[in-house]
Amino acid sequence: MNVHEFQAKSLFAQFGVPVPRGKEITSPEAAAAWANELDTPVFVVKAQIHAGGRGKAGGVKLTKDKGAVSGLAKELLGKTLVTHQTGPKGRVVRRLLVEEGANIAKELYLSILVDRDSGYPTFIASTEGGMEIEEVAAHTPEKIIKEAIDPAVGFQGHNGRNVAFALGLPQIEPAVLNPFVKLMENLYRLFMEKNAALVEINPLIITKEKTLIALDGKVSFDDNGLFKHSDVQQMRDLNEEEPLEIEATANNLNYVKLDGNIGCMVNGAGLAMATMDVIKLAGSEPANFLDVGGGATKETVAAGFRILLKDPNVKGIFINIFGGIVRCERIAHGVIEAAKEVRMTVPLVVRLQGTNAEEGRKLLAESGLKLDVADDLWEAAQKIVQLTGKAA
Amino acid sequence: MSILVNKNTRVVVQGITGKEGSFHATQCKAYGTKVVAGVTPGKAGQEVEGIPVFNTVVEAVKKTGCDTSLIFVPPAFCADAILEAADAGIKLIICITEGIPVNDMVKVKRALRGRDVRLIGPNCPGVITVDEAKIGIMPGFIHKRGVVGVVSRSGTLTYEAVHQLSTLGLGETTCVGIGGDPVNGTGFVDVLPLFEKDPETQAIVMIGEIGGDAEEKAAEFIKQHVKKPVISFIAGITAPPGRRMGHAGAIISGGKGTAAEKMRALESAGVTVVKNPAEIGLAVKKALGR
Repeated sequence: MNVHEFQAKSLFAQFGVPVPRGKEITSPEAAAAWANELDTPVFVVKAQIHAGGRGKAGGVKLTKDKGAVSGLAKELLGKTLVTHQTGPKGRVVRRLLVEEGANIAKELYLSILVDRDSGYPTFIASTEGGMEIEEVAAHTPEKIIKEAIDPAVGFQGHNGRNVAFALGLPQIEPAVLNPFVKLMENLYRLFMEKNAALVEINPLIITKEKTLIALDGKVSFDDNGLFKHSDVQQMRDLNEEEPLEIEATANNLNYVKLDGNIGCMVNGAGLAMATMDVIKLAGSEPANFLDVGGGATKETVAAGFRILLKDPNVKGIFINIFGGIVRCERIAHGVIEAAKEVRMTVPLVVRLQGTNAEEGRKLLAESGLKLDVADDLWEAAQKIVQLTGKAA
Repeated sequence: MSILVNKNTRVVVQGITGKEGSFHATQCKAYGTKVVAGVTPGKAGQEVEGIPVFNTVVEAVKKTGCDTSLIFVPPAFCADAILEAADAGIKLIICITEGIPVNDMVKVKRALRGRDVRLIGPNCPGVITVDEAKIGIMPGFIHKRGVVGVVSRSGTLTYEAVHQLSTLGLGETTCVGIGGDPVNGTGFVDVLPLFEKDPETQAIVMIGEIGGDAEEKAAEFIKQHVKKPVISFIAGITAPPGRRMGHAGAIISGGKGTAAEKMRALESAGVTVVKNPAEIGLAVKKALGR
């Protein structure tokens, strides 16, 4: 789960990581009131959406004029921002972060995530702050510093010093050496205690006043750890999520919307991905990823149908179930009931394999429903593509 | 021969009195697996389909000599369950549970480091040695004893591959599901040498997916150490970056972990990479010259 910058920064503050004074703002009036209270030489008004590249898209405004803040807020609220991460549709700005500006002397990069290979939480740091870290890694890999933290003993001072000296902090600004080590320790605590998947500060700045400030912040959380943190759950912003994905989650389905025309419903994540791949090989594009789970039932199949049919791009549906513990004749019953209930308007191909597949296919064939039944994966994929026409 | 588990493996099921645990313990036993004990704290003295239940794994080990654990404990308590098994002297821990927090697994993996214990999973279908022992949730009947070793990050996609191998008459030796989580116990590089050494295994099917670099590491290993034919499918060539595809570990992040990259690495290691998942079985058949 992702959260907004203002939420990330409130967590930073909670864990002793210095951030600019700022506040979440949802109206021009509130912006004016907060600007009065903040009273700083430079005001920064930042659009809050779950996507990077806001600055380039015009989502970040600066002013020295206290009276101009509410005007900037008015301009940004309700505006649709299109960045390289939002897709062409963009995102509507519903909230802002209004904060004090800072005197930047140097920009750094600092993040922490779990290195999958070692299984250790690992810091990534660079002197190239403010840039996309992927770019830095691709073009100047020698500027990327990594430090793994042993989870058995937690963060140690030397972990921080290793990074600080590798960054050349004593040469850049010796006064921030110890605060930097402390900041890393605090970030590690935040990462572990809140079950974060990624904590990133880009840029982490050294100010002209010789202090450290997290000027931007990104935190995403491990969905599997959310049950431990009601405070984090409350940070979820449904406006930033695809409505069909919200509905799917409510039905315990795993759904990701994509841009193609063939809706697919599959049991198991790996097979669901493989089914998308087969659709592409057969000459079309999948409209979604949908995993109804290893133990698919009549109810989950029906819920899956409703979600697929709500996507206006869907021109055909491909159901691919490999019955293991779940029996195919039960799935067939579910498909038949759901298809009657939701009134199918697009071609449907059902491929059943595994436990009681024969019975399931027979039930479908005799149901009187307009659908095609297949037992082989490739045959089924070709059939649905043929029925819906190849992608342009 | 086979790898990891066989007809002599003695299994304890942790979380045996739960819905999943009792169902699958029964299924495993019906397959012929020696399920000798179950553990649910506070339920000692009960039985599940004739399997005695104990309060602790230590007790189960003492009373039944079990050496392998199959875990169905809910995610919030799973790290504890894995460590309990390890501390009780269990040598092979197979964890089916899906949804364990990554940071819990970070601590578990660290705690198991350097110890004489192997963890498979979590979030996996388990391990089956055909006609000897089924220790997991896979449907036993789709398997047929044969010559192919299967190792996979996925569940139902593995069943798909197994179904093809069985239908074509090739059959399997052992199938190992290593799971779809970003931090897990056993990786491809741990299982590949076992298949390479197993005299009965003639070919290896390796099923990967987007995310991480386990397949790239496997490709390096295969290049150096594996002489048997390896046939691979990587799921997720159509997956967009930044979106998690069901499995917590199946995500392309920072431009890394794409299916295309993994396929290239494997091909350059001499692996037969199958683009169409419906053709995994056929590719194995061809590689074996049948």
